Amino acid sequence: MIGLEWYLGVSALLFVIGVLGVLTRKNAIVVFMCVELMLSAVNISLVAFSSYMGDVHGMILVFFVLCVAAAEACVGLAIIIAIYRNNITADISKINLLRW
Amino acid sequence: METFFFVFVATFAVGTALAMVLSKNTVNSALFLVLHMLSISGFYLTLNAQFLAVIQILVYAGAIMVLFLFVIMVLNMDENEEIMARVNFKQIFALVLTLVVLAQLLYIVGDYSGILPDFSQQEMIAVGTVEAIGDELFTTFLLPFEATAILLTAAVVGAMLLAQRNVNIEDE
Repeated sequence: MIGLEWYLGVSALLFVIGVLGVLTRKNAIVVFMCVELMLSAVNISLVAFSSYMGDVHGMILVFFVLCVAAAEACVGLAIIIAIYRNNITADISKINLLRW
Repeated sequence: METFFFVFVATFAVGTALAMVLSKNTVNSALFLVLHMLSISGFYLTLNAQFLAVIQILVYAGAIMVLFLFVIMVLNMDENEEIMARVNFKQIFALVLTLVVLAQLLYIVGDYSGILPDFSQQEMIAVGTVEAIGDELFTTFLLPFEATAILLTAAVVGAMLLAQRNVNIEDE
């Protein structure tokens, strides 16, 4: 059987790849997909802990995280569409309405 | 066999995640994310969480990624951004920052020394079944579960309002 630390290591690696994407990419949709990547990386460690502790509560939490991720994707993409309508760009370095 | 499957899924997940972050085309990124979600449900299967593996494919690879692809095609962003062409100070700083975060996370994980109680394979399989999750979800977590319905409805209504055309004209 694979040890818990391997799952946590892979989860940390995937989370960090998501962080790298959020920090370096400029396309708003790709940044958004990287946030989804980070969410699912955390889900892996939640499921791993839940399974190795014999406790179902971690999996329930993952279920709710999935629901919130769906709601977040829905609203976030609507915001991206609204921004794109106003600015004709989805490049987050060019959207500076709230920047001084 | 289990170790082989885990190594395969792990390399697949890390590879698709890197390809998603590094690919220039947005549609390619989205399709790599679909593959990544499939590999994550592979992780759930090795952890005996069958219900979540199915839900992961249905919700993420099915619903959310279709939404992403629709938005990419509606917006029709054909300008491919250059990621590798010009490596500037910001990107080097971002790389260093992520490496520091990775080092911290791996340091914490490396400190883990079997503090969890031992469970047999049978008990682990019993945790992830649909019966176990449904039993808990519809008794202890019934109220949050119902609240999820309100959350999703509010999200859909909000998304429709935000993405509506000519909101200002209709208000006046």
